[in-house]
Amino acid sequence: MLIRQTPDLTENDVTDKGLYYGRRTFMTAAAALGSTGLLGLDAAQAAPLATVKSPYKVDEELTDPKAIAGYNNFYEFGTDKSDPARYARSLKTRPWTLVVDGLCAKPQRFDIDALMKRFPIEERIYRHRCVEAWSMVVPWNGFPLASLLKVVEPTSAAKFVSFTTLVDPAQMPGQKDDFIKWPYREGLRLDEAMHPLTLLAVGIYGETIPNQNGAPIRLVAPWKYGFKGGKSLVKISLVDKQPQTSWNMINGREYGFYSNVNPEVDHPRWSQATERRIGEFARRKTLPFNGYGPQVASMYSGMDLRKFY
Amino acid sequence: MAKGSIKDRLIYAAMWLALAAPLPIVLVPALTAFNPIEYILRGLGLWGLRLLILGLVITPAARIFNLPVLIRYRRTVGLFAFTYIVLHLLSYVVLDQFFDWNRIFQDILKRPFITIGMGAFLALIPLAVTSTNGMLRRLGPVLWKRLHSLIYLIVPAGLVHYWLMVKADHDSQIVYGAIIAVLLAWRVWDRFQAAQRRKARAAAKAS
Ligand code: HEM
Repeated sequence: MLIRQTPDLTENDVTDKGLYYGRRTFMTAAAALGSTGLLGLDAAQAAPLATVKSPYKVDEELTDPKAIAGYNNFYEFGTDKSDPARYARSLKTRPWTLVVDGLCAKPQRFDIDALMKRFPIEERIYRHRCVEAWSMVVPWNGFPLASLLKVVEPTSAAKFVSFTTLVDPAQMPGQKDDFIKWPYREGLRLDEAMHPLTLLAVGIYGETIPNQNGAPIRLVAPWKYGFKGGKSLVKISLVDKQPQTSWNMINGREYGFYSNVNPEVDHPRWSQATERRIGEFARRKTLPFNGYGPQVASMYSGMDLRKFY
Repeated sequence: MAKGSIKDRLIYAAMWLALAAPLPIVLVPALTAFNPIEYILRGLGLWGLRLLILGLVITPAARIFNLPVLIRYRRTVGLFAFTYIVLHLLSYVVLDQFFDWNRIFQDILKRPFITIGMGAFLALIPLAVTSTNGMLRRLGPVLWKRLHSLIYLIVPAGLVHYWLMVKADHDSQIVYGAIIAVLLAWRVWDRFQAAQRRKARAAAKAS
């Protein structure tokens, strides 16, 4: 694992690292591949991104881009894992506004294109662990959530952050079913949200993020189960109480607010001790905090992680 | 059972082909699936359940359409269902868990959906074993019938197993559940009717 083992990396370190690399922007092979990029999408969806390197990367084989864009849980487009790739074309990602509001000095509405120009887009290679015990290694492109939150200046009353996904059944056919009370909601504690690992992803493999992966902007918290990463975000709010989160509302015993990857706390219906990496045959051992313990475990010191699962 | 005639052989051949079709239907797309193991495991489980349900369709269909000949094909359907469920279990043990017996036993004990699936599978074994003509003769029709009514528990258990496996959105389970409910309700109704007729006959005799 190439992630620096220091738990106290700050956002500045990352930026410095970016400067150290000379803000070396590089176009991925996608540009050379022509109109259907790596993810096999049409040009409108798969625009190449200029990215900077980041020290946040795991040294593991990247998952096949076709699997990343073809095997998704995004119930807004249906419950089968092939549904998002099939139906997400109907999602219109431009124009798109992300509202950041709540307990902050400068609540604002951000246009997605302006937002993507505002911060350097880093390449971050993270493990991605689904609560269903499969995993991938994804080269995300994005910027730290902390960078955005600092712009709006959270007040001292802000303790949590809530994330809201778009609701529009015309664009998201899965929302015609109501087993989830739409909108899809997620949340983090403020310190989790400010953690340098926590990313707002706008791309994968050096291209704008495919619709089925949560275009145009989604959350990634790699030490948590994948469902914590709200997709196609329209609103981020700073709040003082622990926000309601969708899977917790559906089944609180199976899906806790924290949902940190934990091989010792089983899902009631299956073990979380192992996982199947997509593209591999044998199961792997699941790592505590998905292998990000050195960076994040200190946030939970003193907490009983069996109780706060 | 006169299996000798050409017509009979053709019917059986067609049936075998139809009942074996789910195997390539599951295995071929699995070759290119992103998670082939999950695809195979689930595909086989689902076809096992579907054929169990098909087995339940035969008796009412034979009665309603007055085609008693259909009953002869019930055993083949049941044995194919059993085969898919054996393969389903094997794909769990071999492909999914790769003989991690410790984990497998823990799963069976701790995870209700697997406990129920295992219970349903164990209950199917005596039915498969006693499916031959020889066993039917040895047990006698009354005992054989009583034993094979286990299927009325097994199929709902398979459905519960399927229901519990899903995180949210039980639409397809509701559809399967409704079909099973109708098929079982028909039997209750049928027995009630038969009892009524018996009573009426007894009353007629007595008067
Ligand atoms: C009568 C017996 C059984 C029936 C009818 C049955 C049926 C099913 C069905 C319909 C599914 C879901 C398929 C889908 O989602 O499309 C399933 C999944 C599954 N079954 Fe079974 N099953 C049976 C026995 C068993 C047994 C004995 C085991 C293991 C000990 C087992 C383990 C599983 C597992 C692990 C899954 C998949 C769960 C997942 O992918 O999350 N089943 N089964």
